[in-house]
Amino acid sequence: MADTALERTSPTRARVEWALVVLGILVLIAAPFTIYPFFLMQVLCFALFACAFNLLLGYTGLLSFGHAAFFGGAAYFCAYAVKSWGFSPEAGILLGVLGAAVLGVVVGFFAIRRQGIYFAMITLALAQMFFFFCIQAPFTGGEDGIQGVPHGFLFGFIDLNKPLAMYFFVLAVFLISVFIIWRIVNSPFGMILKSIRENETRAISLGYSVANYKLAAFVMSAALAGLAGALKANVVQFATLTDVAWQMSGEVILMTLLGGIGTMVGPIFGAALVVSLENRLATSGFPVQIVLGAVFMICVLLFRKGIVGEILAFFDRRKPRE
Amino acid sequence: MTPASAASEQSDSNGSRVVLSARGLRRDFAGFVAVRNVDLDVGHGKIHALIGPNGAGKTTVFNLLTRFLPSTSGTITLLDQDITRTPPAKVARLGLVRSFQISAIFPHLSVLDNVRVALQRQNGLGVQFWRSLSALDDLTPRAQELLERVGLANARHHMAGDLSYGRKRVLEIATTLALEPKVLLLDEPMAGMGHEDVAVVAEIIRGVAENCAILMVEHNLTVVADLCDWITVLQRGEILAAGDYATVSSDERVKTAYMGTADD
Ligand SMILES: Nc1ncnc2c1ncn2[C@@H]1O[C@H](COP(=O)(O)OP(=O)(O)OP(=O)(O)O)[C@@H](O)[C@H]1O
Ligand SMILES: [Mg+2]
Repeated sequence: MADTALERTSPTRARVEWALVVLGILVLIAAPFTIYPFFLMQVLCFALFACAFNLLLGYTGLLSFGHAAFFGGAAYFCAYAVKSWGFSPEAGILLGVLGAAVLGVVVGFFAIRRQGIYFAMITLALAQMFFFFCIQAPFTGGEDGIQGVPHGFLFGFIDLNKPLAMYFFVLAVFLISVFIIWRIVNSPFGMILKSIRENETRAISLGYSVANYKLAAFVMSAALAGLAGALKANVVQFATLTDVAWQMSGEVILMTLLGGIGTMVGPIFGAALVVSLENRLATSGFPVQIVLGAVFMICVLLFRKGIVGEILAFFDRRKPRE
Repeated sequence: MTPASAASEQSDSNGSRVVLSARGLRRDFAGFVAVRNVDLDVGHGKIHALIGPNGAGKTTVFNLLTRFLPSTSGTITLLDQDITRTPPAKVARLGLVRSFQISAIFPHLSVLDNVRVALQRQNGLGVQFWRSLSALDDLTPRAQELLERVGLANARHHMAGDLSYGRKRVLEIATTLALEPKVLLLDEPMAGMGHEDVAVVAEIIRGVAENCAILMVEHNLTVVADLCDWITVLQRGEILAAGDYATVSSDERVKTAYMGTADD
């Protein structure tokens, strides 16, 4: 696990980590000049989704199987507000985030009462209810979804019809959000979340009302997943049932596991890998789900901690013991 | 606080103030009665032992007292406050803190962080999700003190999960003490420890008991004889005998039911 006092005592390692972060940001800034921005933006949206999910699974130890509801729900709210009410992009996104947070309160309230697989099943059941609501509700446009969401002007003057403007907007939101997640994880509150993940009964016996902590983490994760969904609706200019379907909940689990649970950058790599594979396969005629399933199996068998998790573990093993 | 509550009348050997008391405690598990009719009084500054053969219901009594399990019937009073329906985290906040039979630590946190997590709440550092971890630096001296007390100061940057079994147990004691409990429940704190560690932990417990009440489950009768002021013997969920060591160890029923097999 990449978060012990051990690391804070090792300044060289901290310096290497910061250098890598800066390098990563520089790569992301340069990327749209060589890689198709639309593809990059999709990667960033899913990467944010996976990071939000990882806040819950990796740092609180809660496996939600209903995160599509927050991602897709926010996409619908945002798309509808922007298209039908003429909301600005930022206002639409804000509305999506709020909607996802409210959904998170409702789903979380019922789910945190149960543990393990029951927790996952309740989140799945409630997300499915939301899925059927989205099929029935008139504002979602049923099978067609909400199409043709205008890009509009960010803060009234940045024209998001320009791909690069849109890209840097998405990148900024992504970086700020990842920073927020990093801050939550490495905060006094995050420490309590980790203790709950590590040993829930012990956390209770130390006087922590774990239900409140779990609910808070759940709502934060849902809101950030919503941010990813709303952002994606702005990028691709539509919101459809795909975003709220259970397969989307499965996909974010896959991304997080592939990259490495409980690591800061693992889910980002996992998302990039899955989105790239899907893009490649979409044009190749291979059945996407089967290939993804196979990749998943291989990774689970070869790198149990995920790709980034294994790399970190490799360096941890080489680190001399005190 | 009313110094002379009903429970205080039946205080233990030396008549110290009763801080934790239970009356008629009972717990059923699907038709099986694990704990029946248990009355207990734990006095301030006293060490009270709960002994009994395996499966007697000692851990279940701990779970009932700390509200980790709801009792089927009976009442629990902590510092003159009825806690029979209080949620377990609240019970801990009121000062009744427990350790676990299976050592309960946070394996992927450092030894230091294990103790600091316990210190966070009383220092108002539970909910700050916007502050950096350096906010916890203020807790380090106190955590360090506690680790020194149990002899773990050198291991503070180790991952807790990497400690040996005995050291995990003393780490658990250090985190428990961090809460400055008024009543401490220790479930076999010395189980699986070597001789020296047993002596160290016995000394820690004796020191803590000076301004705290302790109820402990312990199989090692030498330790019990040496450390405890009062002993309650549990068998098949019921109290078989209670009294000081001399009284209990000379009790015929206890001899046949428990001591007879425990001497070897
Ligand atoms: N959650 C539970 N569900 C069903 N039965 C239980 C449960 N917890 C405990 N029991 C039963 O209650 C009885 C008492 O168990 P308990 O763990 O309290 O014993 P103990 O005195 O602590 O034993 P030991 O010395 O082995 O720790 C046992 O028969 C046990 O099987
Ligand atoms: Mg037990």
